[in-house]
Amino acid sequence: MFTLIFFCYCAVMIIGSGLLAIIMRNPVHSLLSVLVLFFHMAGLYLMLNAEFLAAVQIIVYAGAILVLYLFVMFLVNIREELKMDRFVQSAWLSRIISIGIGFSLIAILPAFVLGEKGHWPLEAIQKATNTKALGQELYSTYILPFEIAGLILLIAVVGGLVLAKRNSSTTIEKS
Amino acid sequence: MIPLSWYMSLAAILFAIGVCGFLTRRNIIMMFLSIELMLNAVNLNMVALSHYLDSMRGQVFTFFIITVAAAEAAIGLGIAITLYRSRHTVHVDEVNELKG
Repeated sequence: MFTLIFFCYCAVMIIGSGLLAIIMRNPVHSLLSVLVLFFHMAGLYLMLNAEFLAAVQIIVYAGAILVLYLFVMFLVNIREELKMDRFVQSAWLSRIISIGIGFSLIAILPAFVLGEKGHWPLEAIQKATNTKALGQELYSTYILPFEIAGLILLIAVVGGLVLAKRNSSTTIEKS
Repeated sequence: MIPLSWYMSLAAILFAIGVCGFLTRRNIIMMFLSIELMLNAVNLNMVALSHYLDSMRGQVFTFFIITVAAAEAAIGLGIAITLYRSRHTVHVDEVNELKG
């Protein structure tokens, strides 16, 4: 009963703050409602026995990525954004398309068939703790994707530096 | 016990909200934020399936998706800053040099 109430609360908050995020005029307000969405997503992860991912969701998404978005939002001009129209001209067509995508995704759900069960039942995860189980899988079966993820982060660091660096030749031209 | 289909319906609705935000907003930063919403919908699906299938695979892939989302936010926001520096706008419908 408690899990049902908690799931319904999280679902309502996720859908509501997601809708607010794409509707609100001020981008900073949308970012803050996405923050609320991320916290409730972490709550759902806790309910699904994924404690490590709930912590990572709060630390990485709410702590790092959203702060990055906020900083970039302060670097561009958002005063102008408050006075202008915030949607593109053909917004109604896009809304119809996205509602169609949502309904068709839900409509094909009954045709979904579960695959075979894995080797980590709930008791084994609880015995080994979630983080240890995740680490064992990550560092044995998925060691190559893990290293590729490290490479992707390296590329992101180099790419972010190169893109955000002020190009010296253009500044000379302007001055 | 919540049925699996509830989680998957919630993920589908969140994905549709992300698609709607991506297609309707003019601000490129809000478009990137909508991509984050879509990635979160996929993450929710993966964690729910991992729980109901007694497998760690979904959680491992969610870990990788969070990594890729962080990289995508860094590079995409770098592109947004470069765009603002060269065009003095972050609205995607004003960047139409390729339109004939």
